[in-house]
Amino acid sequence: MIEQAVALSGILFAIGAVGALVRRNVIVVLMCIELMLNAVNLALVAFSRQWGDPAGQVFVLMVIVVAAAEVAVGLGIVIAIFRNRESVNVEDASLLRW
Amino acid sequence: MTIVLLKLIFIVAVIVAGMLPLITWTERKQSAVMQDRIGANRADILGITALGLLHPAADVLKLFSKEDFVPEGANRVLHLLAPVIAIVPPILMLAVIPYGGTYRFGESSLSLVVADIDWGMLYVFAVGSIATYGAVIAGWSSNNNWALLGSMRASAQMISYEVTMGLSLVGLFMVAGSLRLTEIAAFQDQSFRLLGFLLHFGWVQGELLPFGLDLLRLPMWGIFLQPLGFVLFLTCLMAENKRPPFDAPEGDSELIAGYHMEYSGMRFGLFYTAEFLEVPVIGALIATLFLGGWSIPFLSQETIITFVGAGFGEGFATGLCMLLHVASFLVKVVFMIWLQMAIRWTLPRFRYDQVMDLCWKTMLPLSLANVFATGVVVLWVEGLLP
Amino acid sequence: MNELLFQLFGAIAVAGALGMVLNLRNVVAGALSLVATMVALGAIYVMLEAYLVGVLQILVYAGAIVVVFLFVVMLLNLRDQALGEGRQWFTKTVAVLAGVGVLVLFLGVLPAAFSAPADLEAGFGGYRHVGALLFTDYVLAFEVTSLLLLAAMVGAVILAKRRTDGS
Repeated sequence: MIEQAVALSGILFAIGAVGALVRRNVIVVLMCIELMLNAVNLALVAFSRQWGDPAGQVFVLMVIVVAAAEVAVGLGIVIAIFRNRESVNVEDASLLRW
Repeated sequence: MTIVLLKLIFIVAVIVAGMLPLITWTERKQSAVMQDRIGANRADILGITALGLLHPAADVLKLFSKEDFVPEGANRVLHLLAPVIAIVPPILMLAVIPYGGTYRFGESSLSLVVADIDWGMLYVFAVGSIATYGAVIAGWSSNNNWALLGSMRASAQMISYEVTMGLSLVGLFMVAGSLRLTEIAAFQDQSFRLLGFLLHFGWVQGELLPFGLDLLRLPMWGIFLQPLGFVLFLTCLMAENKRPPFDAPEGDSELIAGYHMEYSGMRFGLFYTAEFLEVPVIGALIATLFLGGWSIPFLSQETIITFVGAGFGEGFATGLCMLLHVASFLVKVVFMIWLQMAIRWTLPRFRYDQVMDLCWKTMLPLSLANVFATGVVVLWVEGLLP
Repeated sequence: MNELLFQLFGAIAVAGALGMVLNLRNVVAGALSLVATMVALGAIYVMLEAYLVGVLQILVYAGAIVVVFLFVVMLLNLRDQALGEGRQWFTKTVAVLAGVGVLVLFLGVLPAAFSAPADLEAGFGGYRHVGALLFTDYVLAFEVTSLLLLAAMVGAVILAKRRTDGS
């Protein structure tokens, strides 16, 4: 079960990473980042179960807090960009790109 | 396995099949009484109206026979899914609510709760948080701007009140020392001396309080230990339920019917059922957490079994005790339903900004203060303060 | 039985994740697939004896974070719209290939079987166990996250607030 959980975590992380690179809708990109964080959480929980050490679960709680903070700020930025550019396409927010 | 199924069938039969039709009737009848009208009395079979008790049946017939309408441009799958998501959480919550204590019949023992899990209240919060999706998806999938506004209000309101809902119970958890609903209910099955703290801190010497003040006792119910928590929790649950005075997401006068305005027939009926079903579920939750659950004040299970068991045998006494406890629980649930109905027909709707102000500027600070004060008092009583 | 349930929830999680990434038109449906993933992961956590984490996963991720996503989608009133996802096909192909390649490498180095899981003490993963650890060994991290949340809250309010001084 542990090895399946770790494999599942790898698969979810890969899906999230590819999605974050490929999709252009900034809200979907943020959701993909959430998915990657979740994959890491799954790995932490699986290892916590493997070694019988609850510290891994404490880390998961920290990751959840960070994810919540990231969503709040990230969506705040999305709203601010949408006000200025009327778009949620990440390619439209490329003013500072070289 | 069979026993679990029987327990499940009992609670679902009592709350969903038994109380739900009666609640729709009470809603009409109580509002009529409060507004000095005669009220629901038109539905009849061969002239027999039975105090309007036929109205629930008429409602169901009407809802089933209406056209099932899906608006132009709506997302069909999500439009179908939303009422289902709305009605599942309150039913799931019934699983962890104890409607009786633990009873020993000879060798075997019977605990009247479907699922006695250690993190019962967390389960209730988690399941309740899923209920938000019903309103959110309903408004979005209807392809209607009023519905969209309604579901935006619903999502903001429900997320905001979830925060206070959790915090308002932390004080109770600290006092009861558990998140398991059966333990919280069993903890309240005792009583305390109103002035017992005088003895506890040694301010009055002796074994007993003078002047017969020892007789001043209260059952150790959450409402007496955490009065602020009770008010905050009830308010939050009513806001989660989205019935008046917290029905800004539906807001008939400004949003027509809010997030379920594009629903008709039984799909609308499911939303309505969910809303009405949450009333007894809220009642059951409050009864378990703050009104002593199944316990009968000043009458413990041992007393009943000792006194009745002496004359009629222990098995009969235990059975009687069980019936009395279930009845006590149901009486408390019915009282909470009545209280919610009275609040619903007394207060006018809050304006939307008032709903948010109430949550973030009044109730959240109050619940945090409650957590802090409870922590200090618990430490003080246990003599752990420096 | 447990193994089968585990694989079922794993399949739901993967399907939900794929549904979110591959749904090019409808952001709300994508977000709902993400909810399916979150709930399935919550069930998997419970099977891995992480009860508190499993419940908080559903409570925080499914119950709050994704609802905030949906709220923003509704606030910006994003109807089904194609965002010109067709551009930059070369970069995207490279990204997909790289992702799949890394995944294959990862699954390749993953041993077929770990050693037997450790014996668990009673109450492992319950709120008492994890909570006690959180407020003793990791109390500094816990306090720092409260600062992080405060900073995030202030930041979000300032970012999303409309300027009222006319600038």
